[in-house]
Amino acid sequence: MYKEICVKYAPNKDNLIHILHEIQDTHPQHYISADAVKEISEYLKLPENHIYGVLTFYSMYSTTPRGKNIIRLCESPPCYIKGSYNILRKLKTLLGVGVGETTKDGVFTLELCACLGVCGNAPVMMINDDVYGDLSEEKVEDIIEKIRGRN
Amino acid sequence: MKYYRSHVLIGINETSLAAGVESFIKALRAELSKTGLSDEINLLETGPLGFFGKGICLTVYPENVNYENLKEADIPELVQEHFLKGRPVARLMLDSAGKFSPKFNYKSRIVLRNSGIIDPESIDDYIGTGGYEAWEKALTKMQPKDIIEEVKESGLRGRGGAGFPAGVKWSFTAPLEAKQKYVVVNADEGEPGTFKDRLIMEGDPHQLLEGLMICARAIGATKAYIYIRGEYKLCIMRLQKAIDDCRSYGIIGENIFESGFDLDIQIKIGAGAYVCGEETAMIESLEGNRGHPRWKPPFPGVKGLWQAPTVVNNVETLANVPFIIIKGAQEYKKFGTPQCTGTKVYTILGDVAYPGLCEVDMGTTLRTIINEYAGGMKKGFKFKAALVGGAAGMFLSEKLLDVKMDLASLDQYSAVLGSGAILVMNEHQSIVDMLWSILRFFRHESCGKCSPCKTGTQQLYLLISKIKKGEGTMEDVELMQNIAEAMQQTSFCALGQSPIMAIRSAIENFRDEFIAITQK
Ligand SMILES: Cc1cc2nc3c(=O)[nH]c(=O)nc-3n(C[C@H](O)[C@H](O)[C@H](O)COP(=O)(O)O)c2cc1C
Ligand code: SF4
Ligand code: FES
Ligand code: FES
Repeated sequence: MYKEICVKYAPNKDNLIHILHEIQDTHPQHYISADAVKEISEYLKLPENHIYGVLTFYSMYSTTPRGKNIIRLCESPPCYIKGSYNILRKLKTLLGVGVGETTKDGVFTLELCACLGVCGNAPVMMINDDVYGDLSEEKVEDIIEKIRGRN
Repeated sequence: MKYYRSHVLIGINETSLAAGVESFIKALRAELSKTGLSDEINLLETGPLGFFGKGICLTVYPENVNYENLKEADIPELVQEHFLKGRPVARLMLDSAGKFSPKFNYKSRIVLRNSGIIDPESIDDYIGTGGYEAWEKALTKMQPKDIIEEVKESGLRGRGGAGFPAGVKWSFTAPLEAKQKYVVVNADEGEPGTFKDRLIMEGDPHQLLEGLMICARAIGATKAYIYIRGEYKLCIMRLQKAIDDCRSYGIIGENIFESGFDLDIQIKIGAGAYVCGEETAMIESLEGNRGHPRWKPPFPGVKGLWQAPTVVNNVETLANVPFIIIKGAQEYKKFGTPQCTGTKVYTILGDVAYPGLCEVDMGTTLRTIINEYAGGMKKGFKFKAALVGGAAGMFLSEKLLDVKMDLASLDQYSAVLGSGAILVMNEHQSIVDMLWSILRFFRHESCGKCSPCKTGTQQLYLLISKIKKGEGTMEDVELMQNIAEAMQQTSFCALGQSPIMAIRSAIENFRDEFIAITQK
């Protein structure tokens, strides 16, 4: 099944990062499974350990299943100073999970990340592809409620 | 061209999209046509407006009124009062007193000359402002060596960190014989607090492309890559559209303008690693590897991507090039200082009245930037420090506010300037806290290739955590500085060499704070 994604790209090593992105983005659990690695390895004619090497180097990839919505809260200095850890505390309570964990219903995974380049609106988080800025505890509650409602 | 009474610029960016700007625009258009104003008011969807308001923002010309945080419910009032009767709605304005409007000094703008003015998604808009004339000139009227001479003469230095003269860099690669050469645009922008490259790309993607094309011609590269961080979805979309439009206009492709020169441009996406902003790590990443830096020399200009000669330049560096080619080096040198020419794009954040984006002459002091471009400190706050240059940057205290901000004056701190991030802290904020956050960042981003940085960043984080908790001593503070110095001397790449800057400047300028917290 991953083969279909692979063949959209020429079988060259430099397409590995793009292939990994697309496989992860289209997987409902936002991760790269062992099967996926095997298929990529066959397609690109690369050893699996090279793929794991790359996969584990970059912070956007995961080798374990995650939730439908990946929350990435920025903790870099400009967001930190605007209270990103208050937001983190709020998120932990709202979701009942810690950093790196997924809610039981599989709807959310909570992660911390480095600067997202939207610091003009610190504190900031991304949920999947969407950016949420100028966060306050109330605003976070709202956002989470809305997404929960959709799932 | 149609004559409009007013131009309304709407900033389309990550934040306004999240705030629902698309449906806002639909509603605003509907209201304008309902009130019969569609022919008088020109609604323009554009990039950054030069200030960071909340949510949906717009600027109205010619009166230069800025609105922020607009909701659809505000539209009828806005249209009735402002657009119909000409009375700006104070309640919705960025600065309701109306005293301050971000200083958008169009005369001194090079890189941002079109930002917030044209529709960044329209190649015709760009061409309408004289776009791609520089490319045509470089391709049909100039030899590669003329281009390089002009850029050398302009004094343009890299805006990505090291500040290396761009023309000189190109001159190393141009004469090399090779089957294939490459240009790589460094759009990985990972320095915390930095997002000027994002705004440059969102506001005027074609200008970057034009600079890139001229560079490719100068060094004889027929393939170019833009390496951009995966989070910058809007930039990626706009750049891709810009590239596709260029292709269909024959501005890139094969035998461009009958010159016999071919050029292809591709976007490559990063996956969240700060170190990939380092040029050799970026090349590794482009090849599909872990982003570990390579030993230099050989420099990428000699052996880069797939061992072929490769010029890596920052987004802002390249965005300066079209101006230099069209107006000439002499005109360019009128900006900035004699040692450091041109302008610099900054983003100003933190406790200033109007956080925003500006482009100023090289050598402008921090005091001027804060007071004139950001409206001074936020009401009720006192200046304590500015963290300039992000995590790899340094703390400037009050007494350094009048240092000229250019590569020559900042000298050893030149990397600080590149990122263009200015984060202003107020007197209640703790330097120790901030340093903790910085060192936590480095611990996370160390790529693990070399020991001084891998273990050093961990040790620095443990020490600052101890100090932050009030359990440290002044010996720990000294130790932190010693470790960072050792890292500076022995680390493999500039990442491990950087933490010393923040640590030393924090301890030198705010020693009392360290004394106080260690005596708790
Ligand atoms: C850890 C690290 C991160 C860097 N990040 C960036 C970056 O995000 N953008 C950039 O243009 N240069 C970055 N650089 C600098 C590049 O290595 C390189 O000097 C630059 O792209 C050259 O372009 P310029 O000459 O146009 O400045 C970084 C360097 C290091 C060591
Ligand atoms: S200094 Fe740090 S980032 Fe650079 S190579 Fe060494 S471990 Fe990697
Ligand atoms: S520091 Fe959080 S987005 Fe830049
Ligand atoms: S012996 Fe410790 S790093 Fe080499």
